[in-house]
Amino acid sequence: MFLTFLQSAIRFSAVFLFGSVGETLTEKSGNLNLGIPGIMCMGASGAIVGASTYVAAVGGVGGITAWGATLVTIIFALLFSLLGGLIYCVLTATLRCNQNVSGLALTTFGVGVLSFFGGSADTTGFTVISGFFRQSFPIGDNPNWFETLFLSYGCLVYIAIIIAVIAAIVLKKTRVGLNLRAVGENPATADAAGISVTNYKYGATLIGSMIAGLGGLFYIMDQTGGVVEYTIDTYGWMAVALVIFTVWRPNWAILGSILFSILYLLPNYVSVSFAEREVIKMIPYLVTIVVLVITSIVSRRESQPPAALGLSYFREER
Amino acid sequence: MTNIKTDREPLFRIVKRDNIARGKAWGIRIGAVVIAILIGAVVSAILGGGSAFGTFFSGLFEGVFGTPRRILNLFQNTAILLCIALAVAPAFKMRFWNIGAEGQVLMGCLGSVVVIQYLGGQIDNFWLIIVMFLASVAFSVVWAVIPAIFKAKWRTNETLFTLMMNYVAMQLVAICIFAWVPSGSGVLGTLADGRFPLIGGQRYILNIILVAVAAVALFLYFRFSKHGYEISVVGESENTAKYVGINVKKVIIRTMVLSGVLCGLAGLLLVGGTNYSVAVDSVDNRGFTAILVAWLGKFSPPAMAFTSWLYVFIDQGAKNVATLMGMGEAFPDIITGIFFFFVIGCEFFINYKVKFRPRKKKAENPVEEVAS
Repeated sequence: MFLTFLQSAIRFSAVFLFGSVGETLTEKSGNLNLGIPGIMCMGASGAIVGASTYVAAVGGVGGITAWGATLVTIIFALLFSLLGGLIYCVLTATLRCNQNVSGLALTTFGVGVLSFFGGSADTTGFTVISGFFRQSFPIGDNPNWFETLFLSYGCLVYIAIIIAVIAAIVLKKTRVGLNLRAVGENPATADAAGISVTNYKYGATLIGSMIAGLGGLFYIMDQTGGVVEYTIDTYGWMAVALVIFTVWRPNWAILGSILFSILYLLPNYVSVSFAEREVIKMIPYLVTIVVLVITSIVSRRESQPPAALGLSYFREER
Repeated sequence: MTNIKTDREPLFRIVKRDNIARGKAWGIRIGAVVIAILIGAVVSAILGGGSAFGTFFSGLFEGVFGTPRRILNLFQNTAILLCIALAVAPAFKMRFWNIGAEGQVLMGCLGSVVVIQYLGGQIDNFWLIIVMFLASVAFSVVWAVIPAIFKAKWRTNETLFTLMMNYVAMQLVAICIFAWVPSGSGVLGTLADGRFPLIGGQRYILNIILVAVAAVALFLYFRFSKHGYEISVVGESENTAKYVGINVKKVIIRTMVLSGVLCGLAGLLLVGGTNYSVAVDSVDNRGFTAILVAWLGKFSPPAMAFTSWLYVFIDQGAKNVATLMGMGEAFPDIITGIFFFFVIGCEFFINYKVKFRPRKKKAENPVEEVAS
């Protein structure tokens, strides 16, 4: 019982992990992308469009192959979320519009896109494609605890963790990461040091968007098993919360996302009243607020938001 | 950007405008709206499976002005949206990024419903509405002022704080509903008490009047009061404000209290004048939409009245278009999203000028190398 709970929590954590790693990268460049929930929705719509196009192209369920289906679906999800990120970047980095407003508009748009494509797409064959995404390591019918906890997931869960680790290393240990953090902390200084602020903002936001888009893909194709659901924007906002909770560290986000998903799924596994269920659901947000407040009061340099977060950069402005 | 050669200018450069004529600025904005609607029409023609281009426009207008009921809905929805936009405007004007209007209004709704639950039927309806107003305002102000205090004292990031407060508010409402509705359906039925009186036999009229009064009041506050001036100064430059002796912390907290009061009013209008109930999605994302609308109206109440109207017009019209073309409920979100992208983007052309490289130079370098 406890084992299955933990297993499903780890699996579900991938949604939050993709979203928060994507958002962390974006925020490190100084872009507070509140469009992440929308981008995750767009990733999911990409998966839906990709899968249904693929099924139609190969002539029905019979023609589906594992590699073809997964690749096409992933590529479409990446393209759609890339488009979302691109809209955001053009508005904020090139046109220097207000980031909050652009992000909120993008979320509205993304939610609309998802329910539009989700409502109109032909979902034949989705369960088959979802089967490929959920394919785990070969563990027998009676896996022991180790196999259940570590080997029983589809590929996207492992990809999420790998991406989080890579993102942490890139941010912390590489020159690119250093430059990116410089852009987020003080774009004018970075610019003076010869770092292209626009390129870094675009790069981080677009890559971040594609990572977040994979979260949408994971939710539709792995978590729900190919059934289209429209709750992704809620998880997107939780992913934004997770970024604060983990104080902008992708490696901490691996554990943080598991904690969030434990809290999110807990009401389904313990017998509580409806009201108590809602109390448990409130905890992630409350904890995030507490973390936000404590980090701002303690004001250690390492755990602050990027200093230029939310501000557009224009070279000629002081 | 990296390979700009020292001996040549880039193809174009961006210059900040000092000032732009008001007419020209509005011309750019209206142009953006027109382009957005045209693109909306094209998108709907594509997504709608090649239905006639003109259907979009006729559907748009029919959805808004088709029946007297629709016209009344137009003004009701405009009023509610404008009320929330008025609530976020003061804070945004001083660059306090309060994206928690959703939660603040929801708490206002909760305040009203709490009063109805415990006082309904025991006192006169008029006094009940007065108490509802006070409770709504109290709830909303608390929700608005908590992030403000932390921002003022410890510079806690208000965007993220207010965002989280939204979800806490939603969960709080969900908890209350489960506490009040023992069946566990999670739906609070409509309440008989605390309803606004009908004016001229119509619902919503009182809402519209109250919001109009609030808009005028806020306009006067911005234009003629010392507080309004202080908000502008803090928004322009916090350092200037400190230099001239404005207590920035006080202004932040005071302005968020004002925001809370207006959110409370919106909550009251939603409960007493619209839904007669509360649900987790009572505010229906209008807390976020209002930010966009207020931004579009440059935080000036008359302009915000227009932009709210315009948003509701497009949203309500697009809903009708979606029904006509059989495209589902999500379609208006796509159209309004496109609308927002364009009107947000057009601000660039108001704030900045794109200057192209003067033509007189001889093209001695090949054009491909031009860095963009």
